[in-house]
Amino acid sequence: MADTGNPTGIGASVKRKEDFRFLTGQGTYTDDIKRPGQAYAYILRSPHAHAEIVKIDTARAKAMPGVVAIFTGADYDKGGVPCGWQIHSKDGSPMVEPPHFPLCKDRVRHVGDQVALVIGESLAQARDAAEAIAVTYKELPAIVSTADADKPGAAQVWPDAKNNTCFDWHLGDKAAVDAAFAKAHHVTKIDIVNQRLAPNAMEPRAAIGDYDRATGEYTLYTTSQNPHVIRLLMGAFVLQIPEHKLRVVAPDVGGGFGSKIFHYSEEALVTWAAAKVRRPVKWTSDRSEAFISDAQGRDHVSHAELALDKDGKFLALRVSTKANMGAYLSTFAPCVPTYLSATLLAGVYTTPAIYAEVKAVFTNTVAVDAYRGAGRPETTYLLERLVEKAARETGIDRVELRRKNFIPKDAFPYQTPVALQYDSGDYFSTLDIALKRADWAGFEARRAEAKKRGKLRGIGISTYIEACGIAPSAVVGSLGARAGLYECGSIRVHPTGSVTVFTGTHSHGQGHETTFAQLVSDTLGVPFDSVEVSHGDTNKIPFGMGTYGSRSLAVGGSALVKAMDKIIAKATRIAAHLMEASAADVEFKNGEFSVKGTDKKVPFGQVALTAYVPHNYPITELEPGLEETAFYDPLNFTYPGGCHICEVEIDPDTGVTQVAKFTAVDDIGRVINPMIVEGQVHGGVVQGIGQALLENCAYDNESGQLLTGSYMDYTMPRADDVPSIDVATHNTMCTHNPLGSKGVGEVGAIGSPPAVINAVLDALLPVGVKDITMPATPVKVWQAIQSAGSAKAAE
Amino acid sequence: MNNFGYHRPASVADAVKALGGSGDARIVAGGQTLLPTLRARLATPSDLVDLRAIAELKGIKAEGDGITIGAMTPHAEVAASDVVKGAIPALAYLADHIGDRQVRTLGTIGGSLANNDPAACYPSAVLALGATIRTSKREIKADDFFQGLFTTALEDGEIITAVHFPKPEKAAYEKFVQPASRFALVGVFVAKAREGVRVAVTGAGQEGVFRARELEQALSANFSPDAAKGVKVAAGNLISDLHGTAEYRAHLIPVLTARAVAAAK
Repeated sequence: MADTGNPTGIGASVKRKEDFRFLTGQGTYTDDIKRPGQAYAYILRSPHAHAEIVKIDTARAKAMPGVVAIFTGADYDKGGVPCGWQIHSKDGSPMVEPPHFPLCKDRVRHVGDQVALVIGESLAQARDAAEAIAVTYKELPAIVSTADADKPGAAQVWPDAKNNTCFDWHLGDKAAVDAAFAKAHHVTKIDIVNQRLAPNAMEPRAAIGDYDRATGEYTLYTTSQNPHVIRLLMGAFVLQIPEHKLRVVAPDVGGGFGSKIFHYSEEALVTWAAAKVRRPVKWTSDRSEAFISDAQGRDHVSHAELALDKDGKFLALRVSTKANMGAYLSTFAPCVPTYLSATLLAGVYTTPAIYAEVKAVFTNTVAVDAYRGAGRPETTYLLERLVEKAARETGIDRVELRRKNFIPKDAFPYQTPVALQYDSGDYFSTLDIALKRADWAGFEARRAEAKKRGKLRGIGISTYIEACGIAPSAVVGSLGARAGLYECGSIRVHPTGSVTVFTGTHSHGQGHETTFAQLVSDTLGVPFDSVEVSHGDTNKIPFGMGTYGSRSLAVGGSALVKAMDKIIAKATRIAAHLMEASAADVEFKNGEFSVKGTDKKVPFGQVALTAYVPHNYPITELEPGLEETAFYDPLNFTYPGGCHICEVEIDPDTGVTQVAKFTAVDDIGRVINPMIVEGQVHGGVVQGIGQALLENCAYDNESGQLLTGSYMDYTMPRADDVPSIDVATHNTMCTHNPLGSKGVGEVGAIGSPPAVINAVLDALLPVGVKDITMPATPVKVWQAIQSAGSAKAAE
Repeated sequence: MNNFGYHRPASVADAVKALGGSGDARIVAGGQTLLPTLRARLATPSDLVDLRAIAELKGIKAEGDGITIGAMTPHAEVAASDVVKGAIPALAYLADHIGDRQVRTLGTIGGSLANNDPAACYPSAVLALGATIRTSKREIKADDFFQGLFTTALEDGEIITAVHFPKPEKAAYEKFVQPASRFALVGVFVAKAREGVRVAVTGAGQEGVFRARELEQALSANFSPDAAKGVKVAAGNLISDLHGTAEYRAHLIPVLTARAVAAAK
């Protein structure tokens, strides 16, 4: 499966098919869909972080014009939203799983918690009525701080979760780690905060519930990354609707970054309410609502220690983390700080002993779940800050210290002490390429030049690995996943030789309609424009687990390869029949079947036609038709990795950090479309720069109010916050999937934050600053410079 | 957004009449603050009086020793005006750095001044340049116009018609943006005129735009960046929020003033 030089084939930067639709405003997003008789839902949300609901009076609201129905927690008679991953604590006890009903019964637990559903003839009428609902609250003390949630005296979010603790989990060999620390020549310690972020997909969430009284069938249109998962969770666990009576459609979706993986209670509410009011019910979030209802990301507080021998070899690592779950357990929340984080603590290094503890806590905040990178950015940030600090403390050059501890190229497959087995990688080469492209060697001259202009220039590096291509079902099942994580793909070859591809993955910005069309067109030898990719509808797609964890090509693409293998095998037999040859003598190349050693050939299109017009056909041996489905369950995770280098310039007078240069060299396995890969890396790096310098989801410690509830206070990265990013790949193939692809969706967001912060700290080194928390905003950088200055003056 | 009556008068006199004739009427100029406020249901006026059809409120002209800008002139027009660029380039620069392109196309100088947002740019220019605000009733000196957060000397039913700016010897505006909103976290407008140096600061004061007298004194004695840098500004009456402490704002004021002095023309 090499680059064939085909202009629309594997390895070609084909322009995205879907972009004409999107750029000309012809996409169909959930909010664009209007069902006949559709009514509009408005959700009355809690203004308090924590309060008892004493009384809800809807009488006046129900009498308002245009009101179809009003429901509160007392009316809701179905199940709560489930959690999809169960973690067990050190003592073997299962995590605390509080109920999560779509409408609160007696207590609200975060600002934005759902109190009433108002359905109106128009959204304005629903909203007017919601304002007329009189809710009597008894306010309670709130807890929002991750670090303080389990401390004595903290407000208690759930009665069953003592000290707000959801679980207290660990991984690794504690005794081995303790023994290694006892022998250590040097120990480097660090405290790390990985701040909470709001995902901010461009399209806010929306959902339409529709119910057909005649057939008893429900349809949910929703902004989801994985419609089959929503059908499973909502149908089986929340509303008890069997699969054959529930269709879930995720049409064009405008970005997700993880935030649209989860089954949200609004989806269940509109579906449930549609049957109650016997009309389609549409809910569309606005941006302010998204800030208090979309699952948020990160929010870990960690302490880490690294033991080194006298030569700088890593002996052992121990990490203790508190992870904020928010008020409820979102779908995959418990696996993010555990199996998606702690298992990556070896990084790209040979550290022989690792021990990690993770305590998950409830707080009066919006639920936290997977956000681009999900656990891996947290681990990478911790590790790369720690390694950098170790280099500063030991006096070993920071690049050399990394090289000293890299897993060598010939050590693969490499078993880490934290459960994973890396299949391939070449860390020395990605490092060397990145150092060269970033002109690491020439940096000191640039620093000196900046100094002349009164600026502090710094350079930072991060060498990282991540695990994606999620995931081998048996492995994740043993770790607590309540679902399989294979993928499904179908190839339907039409009589005239054109092809429809059905994938269980979901494209919401990734460009699957192009990438998968390239893969199929190249493999079957049919024109690129004769291939159409279909996704996002449980009535069209046999099954699917969706798109997250950089899995679509590695897992979904592999399912398509398997399905195409079946197509080619069957088509070969048909071709053999047509050419009166033995199937064993027939080979398939560039869209043509030929008999080895002869000039006999038939094109793929003729075989397709024959399959559907089987006049001359091996009908006793083969069924007519040419359509195949495959399920692919990966054998292992995939392990993209690489090296990111960032160069910043700081204005000491104002504390402003400008990212002057960014270099990303990633190993992502087989590339289908380099242009799309570059775009994915750009997007990820920009989100990483956003986390490092700009974004922060801040809550008021006393009131529990979200302080950054709009773009007036939540800083999204803008074009002028980022430089032109230099992207390159140095790919080693994944050894266990048929494509060799590893995944690219998250690498940018995983590798970049520590590179940026290491650069900021490198710039601030001459003025004595040793630590800073993300986001390194101007005021924070200025304050750090001031404190370092006064500390120096006091010496 | 709640329902409201809508009026589109063709003259200032009719606008004044429309404002007086209804319960809780509000003027809408460019709508860049009011419309989001209405959408969020944070204001529920009975009537909106839209000034966009009033021709006499628009336009820029040279007048006496300076320039006069009609209240309904959008920022983009001020930014692009040769009259403004010729007389007070710092004012054109300021207008060109308000919000984004859409905001500058719709937002107006009159709307900005009447709203007197503590982080708006225009109030600093008006105060530093010693401009005069002309209204449907009278003329108000800049020093008397700004009276605290979102508060001005305007009376009920009084409409800004134009702003007259005297031409300074030199002036400059330096804006340090709040990273999320890109409003001014601290904005400093420095103007050197015959009467002396005036320095007005927006974004930083708990009571809105203010004159930094200690900087004015230092710069009147020695109009140089170093003179500005040497001044310590007290943090006591400055804003502290997520994006900057009062101390940080106090530090930024002389830093930005020095930059403005260096850039003044």
